[in-house]
Amino acid sequence: MFKYLENQLPKLVMAPTAIAMFVCMYGFIAWTVGLSFTKSRMMPQWDFVGLMQYEKLFANPRWMVALDNLWIFTFLFIVISLFIGLMLAIFLDRNVRAEGALRTIYLYPMAISFVVTGTAWKWILNPGLGIEKLVRDLGFTDFEFRWLVDQDMAIYTIVIAAVWQSSGFVMAMFLAGLRGIDDNLIKAAQIDGASTTRTYWHIILPMMKPVFFGAIVVLSHIAIKSFDLVQALTGGGPGYASDLPANFMYTFAFNRAQMGVGAASAVIMLCGVLAILVPYLYSELRSDKQ
Amino acid sequence: MKFKLSVLAAATAMAISPVSQASEVEVLHWWTSGGEAASVQFLKEKLNNEGVGWSDFAVAGGGGESAMTVLKSRAISGNPPTAAQIKGPSIQEWGDLGFLADINDVATNAGWDDLLPGVVSDVMKHEGKYVAAPVNVHRVNWLWANPEVFSKAGATIPTTWDDFMVQAQKLKDAGFVALAHGGQAWQDATVFEAVVLGVGGADYYQKAFVEGDMDALNSATTVEVFETFGQLRQFIDANSPGRDWNVATSMVINGEAGMQIMGDWAKGEFKVAGKNSGTDYVCVAAPGTSGSFTFNVDSFAFFSQSDAGKADAQKAMADAILSVEFQEVFNLNKGSIPARLGMDRAAFDSCAHDSMDAFVASSQTGGLVPSFAHGMAVSEAVSGAIYDTATNYFNSSDSAEEGAKQLVAAIAAAQ
Repeated sequence: MFKYLENQLPKLVMAPTAIAMFVCMYGFIAWTVGLSFTKSRMMPQWDFVGLMQYEKLFANPRWMVALDNLWIFTFLFIVISLFIGLMLAIFLDRNVRAEGALRTIYLYPMAISFVVTGTAWKWILNPGLGIEKLVRDLGFTDFEFRWLVDQDMAIYTIVIAAVWQSSGFVMAMFLAGLRGIDDNLIKAAQIDGASTTRTYWHIILPMMKPVFFGAIVVLSHIAIKSFDLVQALTGGGPGYASDLPANFMYTFAFNRAQMGVGAASAVIMLCGVLAILVPYLYSELRSDKQ
Repeated sequence: MKFKLSVLAAATAMAISPVSQASEVEVLHWWTSGGEAASVQFLKEKLNNEGVGWSDFAVAGGGGESAMTVLKSRAISGNPPTAAQIKGPSIQEWGDLGFLADINDVATNAGWDDLLPGVVSDVMKHEGKYVAAPVNVHRVNWLWANPEVFSKAGATIPTTWDDFMVQAQKLKDAGFVALAHGGQAWQDATVFEAVVLGVGGADYYQKAFVEGDMDALNSATTVEVFETFGQLRQFIDANSPGRDWNVATSMVINGEAGMQIMGDWAKGEFKVAGKNSGTDYVCVAAPGTSGSFTFNVDSFAFFSQSDAGKADAQKAMADAILSVEFQEVFNLNKGSIPARLGMDRAAFDSCAHDSMDAFVASSQTGGLVPSFAHGMAVSEAVSGAIYDTATNYFNSSDSAEEGAKQLVAAIAAAQ
C-alpha cells in the first residue's frame, strides 16, 4: 500500500498544475476558437455563423496593416537583434578589458519592461523633444528625423526600440555559446593558417547553430506577442499605421464590442505561434530520442 | 429534523442579511479627475442624506475603456453593480442582453418625459421604458480660439470651412500653430465630425452617419467632406501624434496655437488656467455648424438587482440624478449643460448659455444630432470603423476619393 502511494506521489503532486494548465491554457484556447465561429459582439453568444468572422477580419484594412506590420517587425527585429547580439558577443569574447562592466551595460535594457522602453523612445524620437530637436539645436536647422509621426515609417521605430531592448539578451545567449567552444579547435585552425574571419565563419558559427535556433524561437515569440511596446511607443498610430495583431485583437474584443472578430484574430495569431513552435518541438523531440 | 431546521434558519438568515445593508448603491464610473470627482462626491452626499449608502467603484481611464471591460466581467459573472456609466446605443445593447432594470415608475412620478428633450429621453429608454438617467449634455461642435493670437496674425475667427482655410493660413504665416490638435483616433474623429456637420449639413449627417444610409454615404458630399478634412492636415504641427487633448488646449491657452476643435469639456482647462470667456478665449460653433448641435449625453444605466432593498436604493439614485441641485452642480463642474430643461441659468457662463440656446433652437430645426465620435450615434462596431478610416486618412496623404471609398467599405463591413 505504502509502496503504491510512493509510486503515485509524483503524479498526485503534479495533478493540480496539470489540471490548471489544461483548464487555463487549453480550455481557454478551445473557448476562443469556439467564440471565433459565433456572432458574439459585446458578450459571448453561442450562435454559430461559420467563417463569417474570419471573412470580416480579412476584409478589414486595419487587420491587413497589422499583419503586414507583423512580418516587417518580426523579420527586421530578429535579423537585426541576431546580428547586433552576435557582433557584441564576438567582440566581448576577444578578451576585451572591463568585460564584466560592458556585459552588464548591454544586458541592462533587458531588465526594463517594454512599457518603459516604449515611453523613453517615444520621447527620444519625438521631433519636438528628442533627436531632431537636439541636432537642430546643434546648428543643423534643416535636419529631419520624423519616423515616429510618419505613417510609413512608424513601424520601424518599434523595431528600433525592440532591438535596443533585446540585443543584449541575444548577446548573452551567444556569449554562453562561444564560451562552450573548445579552445583547441580554434588553436588547431590557427595552426592550419586560417584567418580569424575564416575561423569564425567556417568553424565557430556553424557550431552555434543550436544557439541561433533558440534565439530565433525566443525572439519570434516576443515579436508575435508584442503589445505593450506598441501601446507605449506609438499607441498604434499615426492612424493605425503601427498596429500589431495583438493590439488589433485587444481593441476589437474589448473596446469595440466585436468579440467574434477579436477571437478570430487571436486564433490567427495562435496559428502564427504554432507555425514556429511545432517545427521546433518536433526537432527537439527527435533529437531527444537519438 | 433538527438538521433541516438549522439549514432553514441559515437560509433565512442569508436571505434576510442583504436587506439590512440593502440601501446602498454601487456605482461604476470613470470620473476620477478634479471637477468630475467633485461632482460624484456631491451625488454621494445627497444620497447619504436620504439614507442611501454609496459604494464607489471607480475605474480610472478617460474614455472608460477599462471600466467597460470590468463591467462586462462583473455582468457575466452575475454580479453587476447597481449603476454604471453607460451611454448612447450601448444602453440598447445592454438592454437587449437583458441586464438592465426598469425604473419607469420613478420617471413617471417625476415626470421625466416633460423634463427631458425627446432626443435625450429616447436614448435613456429600452423598449419604451426608462433604464438609464442622463446627467448632462455636452456640445461637441465647438471651436475654441485665442483672440490675442488672432489679432497678432491679423486674422478673424472663421464661421465657414472656406473661411477657416484662409484664416488658418494667416495664423500659420504669422508663425503660430493654426489648429491645436492631438493625433489620437478619437480626436481625429471629433474634428472629422465637425467637418461632416459643417460641410454636409445636419440632414446629410443624420442620414449618413446616424442611419448609415448607403446612398448618402456614396454621394459626392462625402468626397467633399474628405477634401475639407484633408486640407486641415497642413494646419497642425508635426508633434501632434499621440498628444492628449488637454495638452492641445493648453497650446491655445498659452498663445502657441490659434484654435482647437473640441467638445465643451475643454472649458474646464481654460477655467483652471484662470482665463475668462469672451476676453481670454472665445467659444464659437465649429465652422458652418452654428445652427447645429452634436450632443454627447453622459448617463447612468441601472442594472437589474435581485433584492428589493437594492432596487429601492437604485430608484433613489435615479431620482437624485434628475434633481435640480445635482444637475446644476455637476454641470458647472463638468462644463456641460443640464439634461433637464427649464432650469435657472444664472450660475452658468456665456458659453453654457450659448450651448443651452443652441440646444433648444436646434431641437426644433432638426439640427440636433448625436455625436458619432463620442459613441452616441451608432454601435461601437460602426463608430470604430469610422474612427479607423478618419484617423488613417488624416495621417496619410490619400486622396479624398480614396478616403470616401474606404469609409463606405468600412461602414458596410461593420454594420
